Amino acid sequence: MIVHAPVAFSAMKPFHLLSFLPGPLAVALVAALLPAGAVRGEEAAGLVLIPAGVHEPVLRGQDEPRQVAVAPFLLEARPVTNAEFLAFVRDQPKWRRSRVAPLFADAGYLAHWAGDLELGPKAPAEAPVVRVSWFAARAYAAAKGRRLPTTAEWERAAAAGFRGERGADEPEYRRVALGWLAQPSPDVLPAVGSRRASVHGVHDLLDLVWEWVDDFNTTMTTGESRGDTGLERTLFCGAGAAGAQDLTNYPAFMRAGMRSALRARYVVPNLGFRCALSP
Amino acid sequence: MTRSSLPLLRRLAAGVAFFLGATAGRASEGTVLAKPGGVPLAADLPRETAVLTRPPQVPPPIARRHPAKVIVNLEVVELTKRMADGVEYTFWTYGGEVPGLFIRVREGDVVEFHLNNHPSSKVPHNIDLHAVTGPGGGAASTFTAPGHSSQFTFTALNSGLYVYHCATAPVPMHIANGMYGLILVEPRDGLPPVDREYYVMQGDFYTQGAHGEPGLQIFDNLKAIDERPTYILFNGEVGALVGDRALQAKVGEKVRLYFGVGGPNVTSSFHVIGEIFDTVYSEGGMGRTQTNVQTTMVPAGGSTIVDFKVDVPGTLVLVDHSLSRAFNKGAIGMIKVSGPETPVIYSGKEVDEVYLGEASDAGAASSRREAELVAKRAEVIASNVEIGNITREIQLERGKKVYLTSCFACHMATGEGLPGVFPPLAKSDYLQADKTRAIRNVTKGLSGPITVNGKAYNNIMPPQVLDDDQVANVLTYVMNSWGNDYGVVTRDDVKRARAGNP
Repeated sequence: MIVHAPVAFSAMKPFHLLSFLPGPLAVALVAALLPAGAVRGEEAAGLVLIPAGVHEPVLRGQDEPRQVAVAPFLLEARPVTNAEFLAFVRDQPKWRRSRVAPLFADAGYLAHWAGDLELGPKAPAEAPVVRVSWFAARAYAAAKGRRLPTTAEWERAAAAGFRGERGADEPEYRRVALGWLAQPSPDVLPAVGSRRASVHGVHDLLDLVWEWVDDFNTTMTTGESRGDTGLERTLFCGAGAAGAQDLTNYPAFMRAGMRSALRARYVVPNLGFRCALSP
Repeated sequence: MTRSSLPLLRRLAAGVAFFLGATAGRASEGTVLAKPGGVPLAADLPRETAVLTRPPQVPPPIARRHPAKVIVNLEVVELTKRMADGVEYTFWTYGGEVPGLFIRVREGDVVEFHLNNHPSSKVPHNIDLHAVTGPGGGAASTFTAPGHSSQFTFTALNSGLYVYHCATAPVPMHIANGMYGLILVEPRDGLPPVDREYYVMQGDFYTQGAHGEPGLQIFDNLKAIDERPTYILFNGEVGALVGDRALQAKVGEKVRLYFGVGGPNVTSSFHVIGEIFDTVYSEGGMGRTQTNVQTTMVPAGGSTIVDFKVDVPGTLVLVDHSLSRAFNKGAIGMIKVSGPETPVIYSGKEVDEVYLGEASDAGAASSRREAELVAKRAEVIASNVEIGNITREIQLERGKKVYLTSCFACHMATGEGLPGVFPPLAKSDYLQADKTRAIRNVTKGLSGPITVNGKAYNNIMPPQVLDDDQVANVLTYVMNSWGNDYGVVTRDDVKRARAGNP
């Protein structure tokens, strides 16, 4: 499963030719460059190639760069479903609801499931799994030979629009992203893959559930940083704008805010995850 | 110390602290300790749970005269509600209401604050209470993911009316979605008693659809950034304080409004049409009050308390007197005052009459002089045969036009009428006998039996809608045509006839 990135995909060359190509075409190109068989297998495994790109954090410290180069990586086209997570806890009993260590998951862990190994009406098989902790999500990914995407990777993928690399320039993208925020979470979530795919072919990034990232806790270290550090890594109130870059990108702010509200053991009714893989 | 100056002051304090080898935390602690009166230990205080109220209601005044430990439970819930007729919006709320539930504590109280973020929430929230002395006003300690709770404790050191709001990034969006409310820290001795207290907050809202566009509206971040609100509302809804939901009061009562502005961007020129604020606690502070205020400015993230006695019945209208906000964007509310009229204070409409511009003021010296000149001109005209004849001829021509419009259909073009149905005007003894009666018959109409030239008539003539000149002209025409020679009817004759028959 482990694939070596060809030299052409230097992490320091964010505006690589491939980043301007539509996802499927890029996948085809990568298929030609990568060792034979690798991509076919990954496509079958629900992975999509995200070409090299750039992540511009909405919040950063004074010494942190404006742009973070993101090497090409493979991302699951859909969040992990209840059915998939059920298969995981069958294999690994220590992640079942009744057995999970309190250190690794809060009391609400998989609380909407009917039982340890029973999904029930509030957790349709094809709906994204939620109420899982960061520890559990990581364990799932590792069991699959994958990992959680980094913040930079996830944001780089989500910054792509429906037609091009810059979703922020597409009115439809803005409408979808803010439209999702305009409604409370439903009791029973819809199926994964039900939301329009990005130009790379990744579904559900903007409008299904929040998603864990591997380094969620680097967004901030405290809940309120207007005054307790010299860094302008400020997230709150008017001062929140001091360290920010694109002040109009409210959905990205919301995601940054969400991540910084989390602890690794937290489980949240609208927080799921998907896996990534380095090529 | 004002909340908005905190970050800057803290930065300054941090700089000073660097040189002094102290910490910024100690610097702000020093401010706290400098306050008069010690803070009692929370463990010694009696405990009570705060009564929180939905707008426009306010919790009852605090009767106790000692500090207490007050437990506040506030739930954040995101819910879709009416914003205007046919328009829905997903509000982010403290307690399911916009503005959030009203919190009332007493100066010196120790407040144990629980913020609970409902599991159905999309996003994390926190709370910055401007009544809190401490980092972020509590925001640092209350940042709470969906389905989680946070707790922190503060001492209400300063009395006043304070805004609370969500301070999670992007803050303008959280506030534009309705995340604000008021917390009153009553002074130790309380506020002067009033008969009624109400809670109103103004906020600006930004929807992707235009004002009034139906359906579930989505927050528009670009409009928010440009400060172009689609709605500016009292209590989060067009009509929240109108009609059956208007605030109520009775004549003679003292009314107190706790008014705040959540923003995120727009300040308020707060005004109550038909009232004068007897007392204003400007900016929600408890120091000197202002009296006899018409409009008071309330900043975004600020408040005011206004007291006024309602003296007369009727509807008082709450507005943002930056009036496009009231007229076009929704910032309107009402107080219905019931009770007996007090004409000495307010009479109601006493006079309703035609206003004739510069000629209207009969008492003015220039008007009197003009009237004298007009009368003099009339005398000159009347005494000069040539001019008098000309004016009579003009009158006859004008009167003929009126006759051929209003009269000839019944009385016929030559004034002979219709035998047995419409009496004649030509050589009519009835017409000749009484000029004033003739005028009244035109202006008031005539019905019932009359006798003209010895013949009985019993019919109806409707009143004619003619001005005084037209009546004078048409009667002069009638009285001087078809062999009649009954004299002239003047405008003054018509005026006198009208006045004499009320």
